[in-house]
Amino acid sequence: MNILSAFVVGLVFGFGLILSGMTDPSKVLGFLDIAGVWDPSLGLVMGGAILVSSVAFFFASKRTRAVLGEEMRIPTATQIDRRLVLGGLAFGAGWGLAGYCPGPAVASLFTGMVEPVIFVSAMLAGMGIYELHSRMTAGSARQ
Amino acid sequence: MTIDWANFTPWASLAGGMLIGLAAAMFILLNGRIAGISGIVGGLLRPAKGDVLWRVAFIAGLVLAPLLYQSAFTLPAVEVDASVAVLIAAGLLVGVGTRYGSGCTSGHGVCGLGRRSPRSLVATLAFMASGFLTVFIVRHLIS
Repeated sequence: MNILSAFVVGLVFGFGLILSGMTDPSKVLGFLDIAGVWDPSLGLVMGGAILVSSVAFFFASKRTRAVLGEEMRIPTATQIDRRLVLGGLAFGAGWGLAGYCPGPAVASLFTGMVEPVIFVSAMLAGMGIYELHSRMTAGSARQ
Repeated sequence: MTIDWANFTPWASLAGGMLIGLAAAMFILLNGRIAGISGIVGGLLRPAKGDVLWRVAFIAGLVLAPLLYQSAFTLPAVEVDASVAVLIAAGLLVGVGTRYGSGCTSGHGVCGLGRRSPRSLVATLAFMASGFLTVFIVRHLIS
């Protein structure tokens, strides 16, 4: 059931990305270009999404188990550190360069365009670099 | 500031955003998980027993969304201006940045702000500021 639910959630998420305009990098860049001719649409995407999700998180915070039986995995980290900020800055720079963030890029993989395939391949490589780096530093910390 | 009224899509973006929020709401309440795309995808590079299938199912839903959407409606027009080199650089930055900073637009933006996490607020401010700045540099200073 958890697997089926994850599939349906992915599907709904994808529909939302398409309907909202997030899968069009030129629209995303139109939002990020506040000094140019500005398209505020994506502010409404964020607002609408947070409005709905905040109701769910209110109820989720009162539960220890999810409806389908798994334990609630709400992040517990509270530390505001260098990696959080630097990671955010790096992500924002990449987002501003191409107009793709992870969700829309992955959702566009099989639409017949080559750009999302190139972007997602590079993104996976970046995630792999992070993974290798964190394993190496974890390894040296143990010695 | 000039508003791009021609491309402004308030209702579609609000509705799409609410669908994204609904997906995030379903995922936390049904599966007890955060619908953060970079985390879901990146976790596949650190495979653990019982932790792979739900990620694959979610991504399958996300990837199938445009194909299903297409069978009922017309997909919105998509325009990518980035060159191959820029797509690769952007993908690498997004890959490393989202993993290093523990989230992207969905995990920190939609879910993190939805549960009022100060950590996610800082991350969101960082990637938004960086996105605005990057587009400003690319569109108004370089070209």
